[in-house]
Amino acid sequence: MTATMSALSVRNLVKRYGTVTAVDGLDLTVGAGECFGLLGPNGAGKTTTIEICEGLLTPDSGEVLVLGLDWKRDERALRQRLGVQLQETQLAEKVTVEETVRLFRSFYANGREVNEVINLVQLEEKRRARVGTLSGGQKQRLSVACALVGDPDLVFLDEPTTGLDPQSRRQLWDLVERLKKLGRTIVLTTHYMDEAERLCDRVAIVDHGRIIALGSPRELIRSLGAEQVVECALESADGITVDDLQALPGVLEALLVAASWTLQVNAAHETIPALLALVNARGAKLTELSTHSPTLEDVFVSLTGRHLREGG
Amino acid sequence: MVAPETPGTPGSPSARTRYSPLFELTRVRFLEFLREPEAVFWTFVFPILLATGLGIAFRSRSAEVVKIAVVASADGVRVRAALAADSLLDVALVSDSVASESLRMGTVALVVVPVSATSVEYRYDDARPDARNTRLLVDRAIQKAGGAYSPVATAETLVSEPGSRYVDFVVPGLLAMNLMGSGIWSIGFAIVDARRKKLLKRLVATPMRRGHYLASFLVMRIGLMVIEVSVISSFGHFVFGVPMRGPLLTFITVALFGTFAFGALGLLIASRARTVEAASGMMNVVMLPMWVASGVFFAASRFPDVVQPFVQALPLTAVVDALRLNMLQGAGFAGVASELAILAAWLVVAFTIALRLFRWR
Ligand SMILES: Nc1ncnc2c1ncn2[C@@H]1O[C@H](COP(=O)(O)OP(=O)(O)O)[C@@H](O)[C@H]1O
Ligand SMILES: [Mg+2]
Repeated sequence: MTATMSALSVRNLVKRYGTVTAVDGLDLTVGAGECFGLLGPNGAGKTTTIEICEGLLTPDSGEVLVLGLDWKRDERALRQRLGVQLQETQLAEKVTVEETVRLFRSFYANGREVNEVINLVQLEEKRRARVGTLSGGQKQRLSVACALVGDPDLVFLDEPTTGLDPQSRRQLWDLVERLKKLGRTIVLTTHYMDEAERLCDRVAIVDHGRIIALGSPRELIRSLGAEQVVECALESADGITVDDLQALPGVLEALLVAASWTLQVNAAHETIPALLALVNARGAKLTELSTHSPTLEDVFVSLTGRHLREGG
Repeated sequence: MVAPETPGTPGSPSARTRYSPLFELTRVRFLEFLREPEAVFWTFVFPILLATGLGIAFRSRSAEVVKIAVVASADGVRVRAALAADSLLDVALVSDSVASESLRMGTVALVVVPVSATSVEYRYDDARPDARNTRLLVDRAIQKAGGAYSPVATAETLVSEPGSRYVDFVVPGLLAMNLMGSGIWSIGFAIVDARRKKLLKRLVATPMRRGHYLASFLVMRIGLMVIEVSVISSFGHFVFGVPMRGPLLTFITVALFGTFAFGALGLLIASRARTVEAASGMMNVVMLPMWVASGVFFAASRFPDVVQPFVQALPLTAVVDALRLNMLQGAGFAGVASELAILAAWLVVAFTIALRLFRWR
């Protein structure tokens, strides 16, 4: 796919804040109709990247083409074709859902009917409710409604589910899936690996302003080569080293992350008995043991030696 | 303002309801204002309460009757008869000790002690202004009864006509103060709040024209100004009889110029501030000197000559003066030209700087 055909194309993007390099030479290509995710921990540079793409920040260097257009030359035309949801916008509290959507609708030459968008985000019952009375999830869906009301070709969603309860998150996921069915191109950022895995056709894992892995969630997970991930926490295990664990049967990679061990394995049924035997032999104590199928989180851990979220 | 356009040909995207951005932005401005009970109170109710309070406190009264005491004696009875001729004096004949006690308690302003048939002693507190006035009244009555002769004939005309009372002075001041307060506060606060909540940034991410956003504040201010000014001036006019002697068109023009100038100042204050606290601090710095210096409650001419050029250049002074000239002295455009020029200058300068500095994100 050439740069002019893609919905979004970013080349060698750099953005600095004083001594902090928020975005450090980032390249991206998003195809039309794709749901693309930027996955990374807090401070990775996701918001900075997406806001440069939205024309809200200017990069220090690099090239950004959105729908084949350039921000410097085609700002007015571009704004008509983009839908934007910012990470931290608070809509006016005293205004109702319908009034808010109507206001945003008025800025676009073409777009959806106000009621249609309200239905799409499932806020029919809250049509006449003031924004201040909405729950977090409802506010977020309203915020997405404002991004959709101009019937955009490309939608940017910055951490759409951060801070929401599980049920509200699922409602938002349903909404994004409806958008995908409508064939909209979506670029979203998240620090939830399950969200990226579930929603995105392709994911770029971002850390320190760079993309450290790129591909479909399945490709990324498969790249680990592991069938399973074993996590364990050991006590009084001074004698046990990375090499000891790495030497266990079936272990592809052993990592110590935030005081607990993560073993990527291709034969858990061989690794676990051997692990227990090792622990026993060294007089250590096993305080936690769990296994799961590999996720994007494990990809991130494997690449950075850190978890996506502290305590997550 | 433009009402929503009606649909064109059905089926095409343009067939859908079209909304005017300026209309919708202005509508939201009004809705937000009307749904904020405090804002409605400070804008409409407070000036009326203030005008009422001041109107009552400074209402024109018939001269007050003062209480005095005369120490009881044979001469005392005669002195009382002499004083009773003056209707402004309420005279009590009491014992010396009661008289002294009443004076100490402040229930009488002065005590007359008859010393002999041809001499009296006045006891009063020289620091009390009413006591000194009372002494003059009492002395005049006693001297007159004693046969004093006034060589110059005098005649008195008491003045209490609309246009020269305190309430007439203060209502134009309150009007101007209200224009300043609601102009600076409503624009400044709304913009800084929208910036703090990243709503401004969100709007910039749409195709909204920035001029429409700023214009919506202007339209809202004009709309609210019409209501504020009508409410306060008709209250003053119909309840206290404050005159509206000048041409109404001049009055409206002054109010409009004031609205624009204060709106531009509000915009300037809000152009960079990121927190409501920072903005309200700046608003107080801007408004407080004008509340004090611009002659809302007392004539600005009381300030020393050296500061007069500054006082006269303040936008609030210009609005106060122009409104007083128009309402009380019947001035038309020619009479308030210099004030309008000052306001236009403030508008141009503040608006230009505000646009330069304005931070949309
Ligand atoms: N306006 C700013 N001023 C200074 N530093 C900033 C600013 N915005 C972001 N940063 C810094 O840039 C880095 C990337 O931030 P951000 O793009 O918000 O990350 P993310 O959205 O992935 O959490 C962080 O280290 C952040 O502190
Ligand atoms: Mg972010």
